[in-house]
Amino acid sequence: MSYARAHPLWLAFVLHRVSGLALALFLPLHFWVLSLALTRPERLDQFLGFTEQPVVKLAEFGLIFLLAVHMFGGLRLMAMEWLPWSAPQKTLAAGAVGVAVLISGTFFLQVV
Amino acid sequence: MEPVTSQESALDGQGGTLEVSVWRGTSQGGGYQRFEVPALENQTILDVVSWIQQYVDATLTYRFACRVGMCGSCAMMVNGQPRWTCRTHVKKVLKAGKVQIGPLRNLPVIKDLAADMDPFFDKWVAAGGAHAPSATRDDPIPPVDPEDAIRVEASAGIECINCSICYAACDTVAGNPDYLGPAALQRAWTLLNDAKHDARDQILDAVSGAGGCHNCHSMGSCTTFCPNDLDPMSAIAGLKRETTRAFFRKGRR
Repeated sequence: MSYARAHPLWLAFVLHRVSGLALALFLPLHFWVLSLALTRPERLDQFLGFTEQPVVKLAEFGLIFLLAVHMFGGLRLMAMEWLPWSAPQKTLAAGAVGVAVLISGTFFLQVV
Repeated sequence: MEPVTSQESALDGQGGTLEVSVWRGTSQGGGYQRFEVPALENQTILDVVSWIQQYVDATLTYRFACRVGMCGSCAMMVNGQPRWTCRTHVKKVLKAGKVQIGPLRNLPVIKDLAADMDPFFDKWVAAGGAHAPSATRDDPIPPVDPEDAIRVEASAGIECINCSICYAACDTVAGNPDYLGPAALQRAWTLLNDAKHDARDQILDAVSGAGGCHNCHSMGSCTTFCPNDLDPMSAIAGLKRETTRAFFRKGRR
């Protein structure tokens, strides 16, 4: 990677693009597994047994990470391009959303 | 090649040398050539290039004019980054005594460090960058309030010196040769917000086409590298909003 590209916005672009591609590759596989419930239920049960392995749990963590990165990357992009706010305003708004997610998330975890 | 001992190297009191790789060639191809240049206390990249041209190889081709960061002529790639060489201090970019200097990226090369700026300026015009006055010299001059929100948007981009650094930094330009690029689009945004400009619809048409503002991925290299601290990325975002608004307005009619 050229040194000229190592700045936050370019890295955010790459992260968004790569996570999008990875999720696009994952989705057909996901739907295929779900379709097993109708076509071959015993095969699905076998697969669900396999997903109990730690390495699959790790992969699931990666999947959630990709989803989160892609979702917040998309929100970031929409805020940046569609809200004609100044940079400090956007930083404050992002910070407020972050704190709100943290507080409500903590509350949610205590409830469940 | 004889090691060159110039008056400068005798005067600098350090006696050090810089190892400078300079791209030599034409549109047909070329490569980097090494030069040893005396290190000085105060020295810009443009000084280094000029020193090579004056003392080592008079055939070295490059472009500059004002030397004070106003004309936008001397932009080059320095260690892989687009920079205005007249305002880039050698000390700031030197890596282990070495520096690499090449012609601007994303533009055809004429010779050595001189890039062909034609595509850059053609796109400037294609994006609607030529001013179309809304009044003649016989009309009264309409007042412009510098504090007006729209005028503030226009004023944000008027310090562009057409150096093409943003154009060289942009990966979207690299991937799509038809993309108008950050400078031309920022100019379009400036004119769109200029109360004295009379061709708003033409601008919106020009910037919403195949090579227009919606190609931008907001990678932000234009804003990161602009030597005048302008923000073409936000200007392009403004064009995205305005063209979208115009699209829905047309649909409703």
